[in-house]
This record gives sequence, C-alpha cells and structure tokens, in this order.
Amino acid sequence: MSTKMHIKLTVNGKNEEFLAEPRELLIYTLRERLNITGPHIGCETSHCGACTVTIGGKSVKACTMFVAQANGAEITTIEGIGSPDDLHPLQTAFKEHHGLQCGYCTPGMITRATKLLEENPDPTEEEIRFGMAGNLCRCTGYQNIVKSIKAAAAEMNAAKEAAE
Amino acid sequence: MSVSKPLPHDAAALHVTGQARYVDDIPTPRGTLHLAFGLSQIARGRITAMDLAQVRSSPGVVAVLTANDLPFDNDVSPSLHDEPLLAKGEVFYVGQPVFLVVARSHRAARVAARRAEIRYAEEEALLTVDAALAANSRFEDGPRIYHKGDAEAAIAGSAHVIEDSFEIGGQEHFYLEGQAALAMPQEDGGMLVNSSTQHPTEIQHKVAEAIGLPMHAVRVEIRRMGGGFGGKESQGNALAVACAIAARQTGKCCKMRYDRDDDMTITGKRHAFRISYRAGFEAGGRITGVSFTHLVDCGWAQDLSLPVADRAMLHSDNAYAIPAIRIESHRLKTNLQSATAYRGFGGPQGMVGIERVMDHAAHVLQIDPVELRLRNYYDAPSDAPAEGGAAPRSATVPRGISEKMKDNSTPYGMEVTDFELHEITAQLLESSDYARRRRDISEWNADNDRLKRGIAFSPVKFGISFTLTHLNQAGALVHVYQDGSIHLNHGGTEMGQGLFQKVAQVAASRFGVDLNRVKITATDTAKVPNTSATAASSGSDLNGMAVKAACDTIRDRMAAHLGEVYQQPASAVVFQGDRVRIAETEITFETAAMMCYTGRISLSATGFYKTPALDWDRIKGKGRPFFYFAYGAAVTEVIVDRLTGENRILRTDILHDAGASLNPALDIGQVEGAYVQGAGWLTTEELKWDGSGRLRTHAPSTYKIPACSDRPDVFNVALYDGQNREDTIYRSKAVGEPPFMLGISAWLALSHAVGAFGAGYPHLNAPATAEEIWRRAERIQDGV
Repeated sequence: MSTKMHIKLTVNGKNEEFLAEPRELLIYTLRERLNITGPHIGCETSHCGACTVTIGGKSVKACTMFVAQANGAEITTIEGIGSPDDLHPLQTAFKEHHGLQCGYCTPGMITRATKLLEENPDPTEEEIRFGMAGNLCRCTGYQNIVKSIKAAAAEMNAAKEAAE
Repeated sequence: MSVSKPLPHDAAALHVTGQARYVDDIPTPRGTLHLAFGLSQIARGRITAMDLAQVRSSPGVVAVLTANDLPFDNDVSPSLHDEPLLAKGEVFYVGQPVFLVVARSHRAARVAARRAEIRYAEEEALLTVDAALAANSRFEDGPRIYHKGDAEAAIAGSAHVIEDSFEIGGQEHFYLEGQAALAMPQEDGGMLVNSSTQHPTEIQHKVAEAIGLPMHAVRVEIRRMGGGFGGKESQGNALAVACAIAARQTGKCCKMRYDRDDDMTITGKRHAFRISYRAGFEAGGRITGVSFTHLVDCGWAQDLSLPVADRAMLHSDNAYAIPAIRIESHRLKTNLQSATAYRGFGGPQGMVGIERVMDHAAHVLQIDPVELRLRNYYDAPSDAPAEGGAAPRSATVPRGISEKMKDNSTPYGMEVTDFELHEITAQLLESSDYARRRRDISEWNADNDRLKRGIAFSPVKFGISFTLTHLNQAGALVHVYQDGSIHLNHGGTEMGQGLFQKVAQVAASRFGVDLNRVKITATDTAKVPNTSATAASSGSDLNGMAVKAACDTIRDRMAAHLGEVYQQPASAVVFQGDRVRIAETEITFETAAMMCYTGRISLSATGFYKTPALDWDRIKGKGRPFFYFAYGAAVTEVIVDRLTGENRILRTDILHDAGASLNPALDIGQVEGAYVQGAGWLTTEELKWDGSGRLRTHAPSTYKIPACSDRPDVFNVALYDGQNREDTIYRSKAVGEPPFMLGISAWLALSHAVGAFGAGYPHLNAPATAEEIWRRAERIQDGV
C-alpha cells in the first residue's frame, strides 16, 4: 500500500514530478499536492463534472482517475485556459451571459466546453445540450450556460474567419 | 444608478478562472487534521457495545471521540435541542453520527470511520407516515389546524365534491459543493470558523455552546457557498461544531468535508407529504370549500419542521379566494433523516395540494383548467390598472364594497391587497399562445396512440417574510475610506443567488458612485452580529434595506459637512455620477471623502432594518405573517410515451414578478434555475429508502437531478413589468423561492398528457417519474 510511484505530469504547461501512492486520485493530486483548486470535488463518482480537466485532448473527470493512470500525461485545468486579465472567449461568455450562479460547477463546465467546441466548433443548441450533459449545475437551469457556449462559439468562429 | 442594471455576478471573473475560493479551497496550515463521522447502520435502537479499537489503530488516526468525550453541550439542533452531535446511547436513523474520527487526511479519517464494531439492540423503526401516525409519533401535542368558515358544511352542500389522497416526495438539495467547515484555534481559546453555511450566527452560537465559551470568542466567516437551497441553513452545524471541538482538543486546525454519499446519507432533505383533500365546487366552477390533511414526514429530529409545516398550510390557498377551508397538519416523527429547509420551505407542498384540487376539479367539471383557476382567483386591488405595470400604493387604501367582490382574505385572515395575477395571467396566456396550443394538442393527441402531449398553466402567490417574526431583521456595516473606496458588509450570505452584487448595487446607488468603488466582503459574525439565516428569500429585502440605512447615515454626515464647508444647506449636496455636487461646485467622490476625513467626520456606520407591519400568531393561525406576496405564472408543455413512461418538457413560458428588479439578469437566472429545480422535484428526483431505513439513492448515479439535456426545448422567461406595492428596497421583490413553484406546471402538464390515454383522471403522485407515468397511463387506458 505504501509503495510509491514516480509520477511525471505536465499541468497547464508546467512539469511536475513527485512520488505518490498509485491509488491517489488525480483530483487530490491537483488540489492538495499542486494547489490547483479550480477543479472542484462534487460527487466523487464521475457524475457531476465539477472536477473536469482535459487530459491528452479528452475531457476527463479527475475524481475517478488514479494519478498513476495519468502518469506522463499533459493536463489542462481551468487555470490553464485563461486568467482574469486574459480570459478565454468561453470565460468571457460565461461571465457576460450569466452562465453561472454559485460558480462551483463553472470551472468543470468551461473546461468541458473548450473540448466541445474543439470537437464541434459550431454546435447547434441540441448538440450543446447533449455535449454538456455530463456536467451538472444545480443553480442556473442551464439556459444561460447554453447561451454562453453559443455566444463563445460565435465569437471564436468570427475571430477565426477574421484571421483567415 | 447601479440598481436595476443587469450586471454579472460580483465574482463572475473569479468563477470563470477557477479562482473563487470555497471552504475546501482555503489554504490550510501544515498539520491540519481531517474529520469523518462514524455512522449508525440501523434505523432505531440502543447501542449495547461499541468497539473502536480498530478505528483508533487505523493509519493516520489522531483521535476518536464519542458522546462521552464531548466537554460541553452535545447538540447541533437549530430548534429543540434534540439533535446530539454524537449519539448518546440511542440511534434514530441510518446515517446518524455516532463517533468522530480525527485523522491526518480526509481519506484516513473516512477509512477509519468504517472500522468500528458497534452492537445494537434494535427497536422497531417508524419508516412511513402511516407507521408514525399509528404510533402517535409526532412533534407538538397533536395536529395544527387552521380554518376559515365551516369547510365541511360548505363542501356538503356543493354541486360537485371531489376527494383524493396523493404522495409528494421529498428532495435532496444536491448543492454542488457539499457541506464543509474549517476551524482554526485562536490564541485565547477562541475559534475562527469557516463554514459553508447560510446561517453564520447559528454556527457561532452552536460552536460557542459546544466549546463552552461565550459567542464573542467565536468568529464565523463565509465568503460564498457552492449552492445552499436551504440545505445549509442548519445542516452545517454538525461539521462546524465537530471541527471546533476537535480543534480545541488537538490545538490544530481541523477540517471536515462530507463525501457526497455521506452528505446525502446524513443530512436532511425536503419534507415528504401525503395530502388528502375533499373539496366542493359549484356547477360554474367556483370553489365552495376545501379540507386538507397534511401528513408531514419530519424525520427523526424537529429541526425546522414546525415552520416548514406551517408554511405549507399558509400556501394551501395559493392564488384562490376560498370561502371555507380547513387544513389539518400532522408533523410526524419517523426514523429517517431529519427533513429540513429547502427552497420554498413547505410552501411548494401546500401549493401542490391546491393546484391538484384545481386540476382534479377541472377534469370532473369539464372546464378548462385555466378558466377554472381564473374564476377562483383573489380579486385584484381596486386600483389595479387595466394593463401594464402596477403603481405602488398603500396596503390600507379601502376598497369599494361591491357584491361581486370576493372575500379577499386568506385562510389566516390576511387581506390580499397586491394581487397581480390577473394581469400576469393575461399577458402569459397571450405570449405563450396557450389557447391555440391547447386546441392543437387535443387534435394531435387524437391522432397519436402511443405518444401524448400535455399543456398546463399554474400560478404562484408566495408569502414573503419569515413566519417567525423576530427573524425579520438585518444589520449592515459600511465604511468609506479617505480615498473614496467603500467597504461593504452585511449579515446575508452568498450562495450563488447574487445577493452580494444586488446589495453592492444598492450601496453604489446611495452614494451615486461607480460600482467598482464598492468592495464586497465575506460575511463575518465579528462585523455584523445576531443575523438571521439567509433564507425565506429575504436576503436582498432585509440586507438591502440595512445597507441603505448605513449608507444614508454616512451620506447625510458627508452632506452636512460639505454643505458647511461650501456654506450651502445639506440639501444642496448631491451625490451623482461618481461625483459630489454642492450647489455650483463639483468635486470627485474621493475629494469629498478626504475632506470629510480631515474635517473629522465619521465615515463608518451600521445600518439596521426590521420588516414593518407583521403580526402573526402561529398557534391560532391568524394575522399577517407576510409583508407582501410575490407572484408568477408558467405554462409548460410536455410529451409522454405510454409504453415506457419516458417524458420530456417541450416548451416552458414564464412571467414572473420580481417587483422593480434590482438586477434583471440575476433575477431571470433565479427564475430559470428555480423552475428547473422545481420541475426536477416533481418529475425525476426520487428518494428511495429500503425496508431497513437505508437511503438507496445516495449519489447522483441513482438520484436524478436535471441535466443540461433535460432543459426545456423552448424556454421563454420574462419579468413582469411592475413594482412592489409595499415599501421595499427600490420597490423590488424577493425572488429566491417563489419561482421554484412554477415547476408545478410541469407536473400538471404531465397529468394532462397522461389523462389523454383514457377518460378518467390520472391521479398522479409526485414525483411523476417515468415509472409513475407508465403505471398511471396503463391504469387510465384500462379505464381504472
């Protein structure tokens, strides 16, 4: 039980190296070992999505992944998506379109939405609703979350067109 | 002015970047200890032996405490002193905390907590309201009864009499952030507690009792919660008290966070009700009388059950002037989690009762359900405008006496003088195209056997104020610094509803300054004492007024001083546009602040507010428990599948009354979220206990809250263009709870759809899960 593993991760572009028990859950690694507290603990059974991070280009619920499984991976959390002075279009949209209330689900929600828009840059409302169904919010009723993602997609597509 | 602007949530920028801190995100000192409760595995019995040796020897364990180790008061109840932190030899539900583990990590504490060997002498558990009623296991001596007129006589003489009995399930709060607390011992034996709570003063009170110190030795701070919904009004007491006791004993910072399964197993939920009714109607649809019996499942401890059950009784009329009514409410004590506050606080259950009566009666009388409701509405105030927004007026303006006028008093004797629903209903029926869609649905249903659609309208009239009158008070503390920046504090807590932003908008408006001058700070019992819970939707009503009072005190002092300096009357000093104008002179707000500072003017003030006009006797059930009513209405359309019971909300239209909204964006967010949560309660959210009293739906894998994909396909939400007729903060209305009950329209729409499978009435229970819908559709098709 106490055999520790040598773990290497890249989190938000920063290399991290440490010894950890293989059964340590990734969400604890992030929050307690690395002080990255944007991903939250909601249900610890991968249903609520408050802990969503991106690993190797996929949305992952960090509460049900062992850090050993993530060994060698590149991980992006909400902290790696933007900062208050340099917001990602999704972050701006969630702020301006009121896509949050208590905010607890917001980091996971936005992290998931970044992947959704990579997979499908111009989603319909229906596609957003089903693409986000793995992230629960108890406050908003989702209306403004869908609105925020639509607004961000439009903004990002317009920026892409302008750049081309 | 900042008020009425649709500004984002005050911490939006922090939330979207993951920088907003919740209790579990607060950096803790090295050596912080973590706590977990060992839980009762049976529903009722005596503990005959408790072997904790394996718990104590589990890796990382520092201490294990039982009831005998608690130095002072062993109680975390908000009311009756009947809820020990740790069981005192007897247990009353599966999940009751029996012992407390203090360990070096969260996981070590949880692992150890499962290693106890406890032996019990089991006793018969009361797991249903029937069992509790049979055993006369209840809170209070007998049922509470409120009445107006002689309901039985009125019903007996009616053209139509309907009666039925149905179940309304409870509801898990499922705040995304579970319960959490952190206690830091201070140098003089005092305690600093961070708690995810809607009620910091109660945490302070219970912690002080538990560590044997006066309240002044305990300071409680909370910047924000990750959702509350009533579930953090009293349910945080146990964690905060446990942390404080462990911190006292170990001298270390102690933290406790319930794992989700523990959270759902230990904490209370919305009260489940069984409502039986008998109602009489005239042939034309006018109700003559109704008699309700509420069987309320309060769980094992009293908690807030009495005011919850009272509020259910107080909403048994909803929007309808009922000539004769009797409501009998049994507050039953069972061996389940102690049911607690949940958005609406009993109001939703009471309202579902009368809406069910209206739905049932419309079916029997073959009258359109909206038409039936309209015929029974309270009268509008005599000065109500034919169209558009209502003008404020005094509640005491006498109305003309006319034979057509209904008796506009509620079952508890309060006159309804602000009834906005005639206008709201007219506007909503038009914007939602209700009449045409109802006809279309009838035609569509005639052509479809397996799928049926349904549409329903439901109104909300919700009473605003704590029914425990003394709770209707609030305090605030405001400082203006010499650089013109403003520090704002009040007794309300932020749980996502946007209270802090609304109150900051009030402060900025009083000083006529930009909102970014105002610093919003964490709720802190050392700054504003003796606060009420942020509950009963009262947050902005109470705290907004208290902050206004504090700001006005400072502003008046500033005006007097500046007037003196410029040899003008104080009335010539105007605070506007981030500047201060004194007759012809205009200076910046920071210059004004500096001048007042050097002129030795106090730039700090407290503010206080108490809601006027309240007068309520809960035993007699008479008086004025509410300052005013908030209104709203919804039309929901659904579709159901007879073979599976599967169902969807296709479209929802809502018009809601937030008075003159302090922030329409935040208010619309409240309405949308509340509707979805209310619809979830009545459709997919089902709590299931097994025969031994064990909650089987203790995680989101088995307890289904609405997901993004469950949202209505079309969702139109608007605020009613009106203002509060009572003198509230900028004539706004409370908005936290009232729109929750708009979700009742989804349940009624399902009833309409299921009814289309046959000729009978569907008799739906709540929640109308797919299974319930399937069962009722089968029965109705078979003509049962």
